Amino acid sequence: MTAATEVKPAKVRRFRFNWVDSFLWFIRIAAIITIVIGFIGSIQLFLAGEGPTPAQWRDLVISSISQGAMYGLIALGYSMVYGVLGFINFAHGEVFMSGTMVGFVAADNLFRAGMWESNILLSVLIVLLVAMSTSMLIAVLVEKVAYRPLRGAPRLIPLITSIGVSFFLQYSFAGLFGVGVRTYPALPASVPSRVNILGVPIETTKLVVIVVAILSAIGLWYFVARTRTGRAVRAVAEDKEIAGLMGINVDRTIVTTFAIGGAMAGVAALMWALLFRSVDFTTGFLPGIKAFTAAVLGGIGNLPGALLGGVLLGLFEGTGPLLILAGLGIPAVSQLKDAVAFIALVLVLIFRPSGLLGERLGSEDRA
Amino acid sequence: MNLRKAVNRGLITGLAMSFIGGIGMVTAFNGKVLIEPIVTLGYAVLFALPFVVAVVSTKRVVLEGVETEPYGWGDVAMGAVIGLVGGLLTAGYVILIDTIDVTHTFPDMGPPTVLEMTFHKGLPVGLALLAGGSLLAGTLGGAVRLIPERARSALFVGLLWVVGFAFFEPVIEDMFEFARVVTRFIYAPNGGLNGVAAVIIFIVVTGLAYRFQGGESVLRTRLVGVDDRGRSFPTKLALLLIGVGVVVLPMVLGGLVNELLINVSLFMLMGLGLNIVIGMAGLLDLGYVAFFAVGAYTTAVLTAAQSPTWNPELGWWAALGVTMVVAVIAGILVGTPVIRMRGDYLAIVTLGFGEIVRILLLSDWLKPYFGGAQGIRGIPGINFFGLTISGVDPQLFIYFCIFFVAIAVVVSYRLLYSRVGRAWAAMREDEDVAEATGVGTVTAKLLAFVTGAVLASFAGALVSAKVGTVFTNSFDVLVSLIILVVVIVGGMGSIPGVMVGALVLIGVLGGPRSPGLLAELAEYKLLIYGMILIVMMLKRPEGLIPSARRSRELHHEELTQDAWLDKKGQFTTEQAEEVPA
Repeated sequence: MTAATEVKPAKVRRFRFNWVDSFLWFIRIAAIITIVIGFIGSIQLFLAGEGPTPAQWRDLVISSISQGAMYGLIALGYSMVYGVLGFINFAHGEVFMSGTMVGFVAADNLFRAGMWESNILLSVLIVLLVAMSTSMLIAVLVEKVAYRPLRGAPRLIPLITSIGVSFFLQYSFAGLFGVGVRTYPALPASVPSRVNILGVPIETTKLVVIVVAILSAIGLWYFVARTRTGRAVRAVAEDKEIAGLMGINVDRTIVTTFAIGGAMAGVAALMWALLFRSVDFTTGFLPGIKAFTAAVLGGIGNLPGALLGGVLLGLFEGTGPLLILAGLGIPAVSQLKDAVAFIALVLVLIFRPSGLLGERLGSEDRA
Repeated sequence: MNLRKAVNRGLITGLAMSFIGGIGMVTAFNGKVLIEPIVTLGYAVLFALPFVVAVVSTKRVVLEGVETEPYGWGDVAMGAVIGLVGGLLTAGYVILIDTIDVTHTFPDMGPPTVLEMTFHKGLPVGLALLAGGSLLAGTLGGAVRLIPERARSALFVGLLWVVGFAFFEPVIEDMFEFARVVTRFIYAPNGGLNGVAAVIIFIVVTGLAYRFQGGESVLRTRLVGVDDRGRSFPTKLALLLIGVGVVVLPMVLGGLVNELLINVSLFMLMGLGLNIVIGMAGLLDLGYVAFFAVGAYTTAVLTAAQSPTWNPELGWWAALGVTMVVAVIAGILVGTPVIRMRGDYLAIVTLGFGEIVRILLLSDWLKPYFGGAQGIRGIPGINFFGLTISGVDPQLFIYFCIFFVAIAVVVSYRLLYSRVGRAWAAMREDEDVAEATGVGTVTAKLLAFVTGAVLASFAGALVSAKVGTVFTNSFDVLVSLIILVVVIVGGMGSIPGVMVGALVLIGVLGGPRSPGLLAELAEYKLLIYGMILIVMMLKRPEGLIPSARRSRELHHEELTQDAWLDKKGQFTTEQAEEVPA
């Protein structure tokens, strides 16, 4: 009797051919081979004495890291909003842009008043505060007007709304401030252009950017991990309903999330001002998308991941063209910088969709 | 009346009025005269704000079991307060920008704006007019609900027609070239409706609308009814009439309007393609422009004599065959890596793909093949029985556009009711459940991408033949987003909706690089697109002409709630709306 009802172990098919998987494997292998060939080619170029010198490489890496730090700070806004509300806030790049534009107005007026020359430290601090409060204000307003009524709507609805918000903010700023490119005043001559750290000369602006990024990351970590409000944010990210039942004011916590994301975008706005100086109403678009890439790279919803992802993305797009594409014999590689960033995004999602440090999402967002 | 709420709303109105003044919108829009000599688009938009805010603010939200206050003079007072506060704030703002010079930061907040905002009448008189006008508009807005429902909607229709006549001035003048006497009476010599004609149109249309109440909802039923399998006879007749109109109209219309319609039809074609990807299969593709670029560049390389490196100089139709194949390959290449991705990752990755394609086409690396920043020039046009038709003859060229739009419509309908269409619908609602019930989601997704890609490549092939040159800057992400807006505004998944969306948006506002009917809007076009997108998503996510299935999905909960209320025989939202004055 036992023999009759005994279930035969199902025959395990070890391999099942599947077009999509095969294609994805093909992409993976092709990507690795391309990268290796390019890398070897670049090393050969380097050994042959062509391409950048070691000193240039060092500067390139430093500037890539500083730019990556900026992406990382913007990425925090994406990551936090995604963690809490579960949608990509497409307009976050514009929140960053608003900081750069209004920060410019502050810097310009300080420059006219002569304070930029006489007290650069205070001036930069004022610009930072202006940029942070602008970005914070815009982020909070956008949440209140556009996203709050959409809680509980199907997933894609808030994403599409945020595209509309992005258009609206971009062209509002174009209307208000004009479409021309504005340039931040240069740092006064009293500030040395390079500083020696452990014998390595680093451009001052880049040093400032990296230091500011580290400081704000520490501040944010303290806020999220050690304060009551931070704990509320984490709880809401985990599960909105339960958090509400535990007596957390969910609406206020979500506003806080947007405010912090905005503030970090404001810090990033100052970095942009130091690194690139020129701003216009489209400034937010590409950094916005790249910051999202950085957030995905590090694992969306994961705050240290966002910063790490930013720095890595900065390195990829800064050094990738020279390190890999040049070795493949492609001319004018610097034009392909943005393409490298997007290809990095695609490859990350193919190789490791949950990001380098893993996603941290609430249960309802894993759909 | 809730004074605090009224003042609050008034302040918002004032900010909005100051904003549109400050970005130079009033000044720019005043170039378009709606009704000679007083009503211009700028002022119409300016005073529409307090009116609309008053209308919205006095609306009651009807809840079951809660006593609703009937509409009365309190609402009028509230509208008046909103208008007055808004007008005063705006007046204060005008005084501010008149006294303090901020033009080095805000270039449009200078004397020209002050001049327009004070109606060229000097500060005291102008500001009084501004505040008074706003007060009047707000009061009217508050009073709107005191008018009986039937008369109200008739008045609204009348107003809409007057605005329509003013907007479509070039089209109407063009169409009725043979009846010059009439158009000369309706329109003033230098633009705008003639005052008397405007009043006549308004009275006639309002009267007709009052008499034939409910015509609009019949029309909407017809438009939605187009989606249904068994079309009723009147729907068929209407379709036939539209078909005849589409064939005849381009011959009657002049070059300018035809040019506009070509643009509309190109976006219609792409909108229908994207509708398959987003509306039917539920895949948010933000890099749709990539397929458009692939189509345009393939055609350009294959047909143009000046194409660098390789120029087979094929005829347009032969090239179209190759383009289709390339588009299919491109669809598969983009579709496969993203197949396993979640909805929002998919959006951003496809956006990335769109940018990658553009950057590669622009790069020096591929310059020997695609011409880099110079693009490819000298694309001949469509060869047709010995003729070569390009954009210089818009009257002929538009028929090819119509032909491809027709193909897209037929393909869309065939797919909608096919096995694949049902698979897409199932996948859109819930991917896991669809897969569990045996829907091959991989094939379905790829098929959606490929179909969309082929339709976009048709548009690309047409555009390269029309313009004669291809440049990368006509393929940036903005195009993808505009097509997205067209699909969303029309109604995701609704074929007539997408077509109407393209007609309204691209026709009136204009595409990313082409002007629409209202050329004055040019600078603010994208701002308006953004606003439309936000408002649509908040208020009417199913679009102007929703597909029946989609609106059921979006309003599922409300519907069940309504059904429950209906059973009790009271308090349905429809009935409760009509609280007697």
